[in-house]
Amino acid sequence: MKYAYFPGCSLHSMAEEYNMATELVMEDLNVELREIPDWNCCGSTPAHTTSHLLPVALPARNLAIIEKEGLDVVAPCAACYNRFKAANKELNEDDDLKETVNEIIEMDYQANVEVLNLIEVFQNDDVMEILEEKVNVELKNIKPAVYYGCLLTRPPEVTEFDDAENPQSMDQIMEAIGAEPVEWTHKVECCGGSLVMARSEVVLKLSRDILKAAKQAGANCIVTACPLCHANLDMRQEQINKKFGDDFNMPIFYFTQLIGAALGHSKKNLGLKRHFIGSEGLLGSLVG
Amino acid sequence: MKRIGVFVCWCGSNIAGTVDVEKLSEEIGKMPNVAYSCNYKYTCSEPGQEMIKDAIKEHNLNRIVVAACSPRMHEPTFRKTLAGAGLNPYLLVMANLREQCSWVHHDEEKATEKSIALVRRAVQKAEFAVPLEPTTDSVTGRAMVVGAGIAGIQAALDLADSGHEVVVVEKEPTVGGRMAQLDKTFPTLDCSICILAPKMVDVSGHPNIKLYTNAEVDKLDGYVGNFTATIRKKARSVDEEECIGCGICWEKCPNSVPNKFDMGLGDRSAIYIPFPQAVPSVPVIDRDNCRYYETGKCGICQKLCPKDAVDFEQEDTFVEEEIGAVVVATGYDLYDPTRYPEYNYDKYEDIITGLHLERIMNASGPTDGKVKRPSDGKKPEHVTFIQCVGSRDSQKGHEYCSGVCCMYTAKHATYLKEHYDIDSSVFYMDVRAFKKGYEEFYRRTTDQFEADYLRGRVSRVYGEGDKLIVKGEDSMLGEQVTLETDMVVLATAVEAKPDARKVAQTMGVSYDESFFMTEAHPKLRPVETNAAGVFLAGACQGPKDIPETVAQASGAAAKAINLISKDEIENDPLIANCDTSRCSGCLRCIPVCPYSAVTEEEVTEWNHGEEVTRTAVNVNESLCAGCGTCSAACRSGAMNLRGFSNEQILAEVEAICL
Repeated sequence: MKYAYFPGCSLHSMAEEYNMATELVMEDLNVELREIPDWNCCGSTPAHTTSHLLPVALPARNLAIIEKEGLDVVAPCAACYNRFKAANKELNEDDDLKETVNEIIEMDYQANVEVLNLIEVFQNDDVMEILEEKVNVELKNIKPAVYYGCLLTRPPEVTEFDDAENPQSMDQIMEAIGAEPVEWTHKVECCGGSLVMARSEVVLKLSRDILKAAKQAGANCIVTACPLCHANLDMRQEQINKKFGDDFNMPIFYFTQLIGAALGHSKKNLGLKRHFIGSEGLLGSLVG
Repeated sequence: MKRIGVFVCWCGSNIAGTVDVEKLSEEIGKMPNVAYSCNYKYTCSEPGQEMIKDAIKEHNLNRIVVAACSPRMHEPTFRKTLAGAGLNPYLLVMANLREQCSWVHHDEEKATEKSIALVRRAVQKAEFAVPLEPTTDSVTGRAMVVGAGIAGIQAALDLADSGHEVVVVEKEPTVGGRMAQLDKTFPTLDCSICILAPKMVDVSGHPNIKLYTNAEVDKLDGYVGNFTATIRKKARSVDEEECIGCGICWEKCPNSVPNKFDMGLGDRSAIYIPFPQAVPSVPVIDRDNCRYYETGKCGICQKLCPKDAVDFEQEDTFVEEEIGAVVVATGYDLYDPTRYPEYNYDKYEDIITGLHLERIMNASGPTDGKVKRPSDGKKPEHVTFIQCVGSRDSQKGHEYCSGVCCMYTAKHATYLKEHYDIDSSVFYMDVRAFKKGYEEFYRRTTDQFEADYLRGRVSRVYGEGDKLIVKGEDSMLGEQVTLETDMVVLATAVEAKPDARKVAQTMGVSYDESFFMTEAHPKLRPVETNAAGVFLAGACQGPKDIPETVAQASGAAAKAINLISKDEIENDPLIANCDTSRCSGCLRCIPVCPYSAVTEEEVTEWNHGEEVTRTAVNVNESLCAGCGTCSAACRSGAMNLRGFSNEQILAEVEAICL
């Protein structure tokens, strides 16, 4: 199996450990990821708050490069995934827009590239079979609150991924590697997203709600597939504790990091040490 | 000699605004077979009709073309005009200039040109029009009502009171329907069962009503005025004649199953009557949950019954009933709120629907009328209502407004405060309280009973400790709100029953995209259907509250009485007819007929001095609905649809195309 790979800015910077773990895991599962050449920013939040054309044109240029290679693309960052899906939908529904955008990017994009998030790669029987075969570390007592956030499932008519209110696909992957995901209430709540720059108090409150719900449900860690969610939940935990008088000490993992751990990769190779909230206490001797 | 008169209608500005009516009548007047032509502002008005009558006499006209609107509404009007002038009404031909020309075009010149073609067509058709006489049929003076909720009960009583026999068929073991489940009714807060039960008793005791409960209509044959219904009486396992309703059986039954009538909140026995006021007061055995049927042992009810009425071997039986008219009143169902995963209806016991709350508040309900939480039996201090669950949501539910939820929620909030001193918050989209006394009721709910109305949708409901957390939006303040509450009540949408489509097909009634049965005309024929002799009452036609249901039921009954009190009815003469001398006996018309009106027959004729018997077909005039499928399928041109004969259609084609 072979996909074009769009890491986006996060996986080359603050979420480098997501990239490290993903590359290791995908190699184990015989999924070939080819990082696309000369990629540019997906547009993220700033583009669509400033212009109607820019948030379509930026993904379109990336997608046009991929279309030429004849591959479908995997975008592990939830924001990139969402922007790609949205651009594809808009281009497919509006021929005039397609023409304008193609003029802007000076390429001919027909909007035929299928966009997958990283979880969707696991919705393949072959991949899951290999995964179950290769799991060699029992993730005993790892009880993640599996957190999807907002961008993977919403708006449902754009992403068309899983159940927008009660998604299950990442939970199933966690079960497959022997973890025990908890039933909880805040799977798709907002973490505050990029408001962390402008109004950090909003993020502190929303992220605290999520941490609280996870703790109440008996989780001992949170698993995510979004770099921004990870940053807010991991990096802001100490501020949240200080502001609200809490004592959270909840490790936040990218889901591929836990998969990597179950496949026997080391803490170092999975970038587990890059987190603000340490996971040594939880993972202990499970991971080398 | 044909003398055709053409009357072009302006329809105010509807036609005259786009079509040059002056030019049109002038051009048509030049046609050789047109003896007279004119135009008039409102031809359907009384002076308009008088003008036609006068022209018929003055110009000795014997075929009439009215170029106006769709024949659907006014063909009957102008047929009467012709009859009033002594002409056979079927010598009228209409040209539809409004729906098929002026309303859909803007270019006056082209629209006028098209109008001329359309009227030419009608004139050429009129050239071949022949006088037709309707045949008559006898009428069975009885009616059948399907469904015995408040709609069916009202229709049945009206029919029976008019002196006609009525057959009532109810699927459940008792009459009463949804209204029997309700605690109070808005806006008067009448006790629902108190106003319904007397009517239920009337239905069972009325000398003109024959009641089948635990029964369904399997088949409806025949045609308007002369239907035969095949009714399946489902095995009750109790002999209705013998049972005296003493109650020993259900008191002693050792099995206990969730009570469907109480929305599963309480239990009932396996042999049961659904509720204390059930009519008839004859129990039924729920065979899926009865020990005798599960293990072959037990049989306590049979042993204890003083009348030997319990019959484990009873089987479904079938009866046929002859009737002249049918009123369909099969009711509605409620939307399944698990389709909103964010409300977590299936995860928390204290998230319930409005109908659950009705049962909880009801004195004969599972909590004897005390408001308690299903989870721990504690009295809630605060209840949160969520409106439009499945209504006005084309993504997850139905696009339509269910029409009753705003009022039943206001009723719940009022009653909780007034009788139990429980506070409530209501998340709503718009409050629709537009009928008599409704707005006043809603005002009292907010002002006097202090319900906290929040305009906005709820994004999530979940449990925290023994509380429920409701997160939503207050769009008036533009703020997110989070409420702590003890119980959540979802105002679930009214929707068609799961078997509504099957029922509609059995009755020959059409249905809309939501499977509500369709009336013949949304404004002017609201209780009739496109199946002659079949009428609609209540929520099977669309969501409605009790007053509207009762009004419609009485309307349907009146229409049915109108039909079955006649000694005979006229059949529409626009039906198919086979010229057996041309029929080749290929029988292609038989399988294509949707009404099974064409049958094979042997004809005997003289051919070259020999008597020859061969196959041909015959059309049953009562069954034929005049769709014309047979005449289109006929290879030898033997099958002709009266009023749309082959020569008429060819003349029309020629007039338009040549």
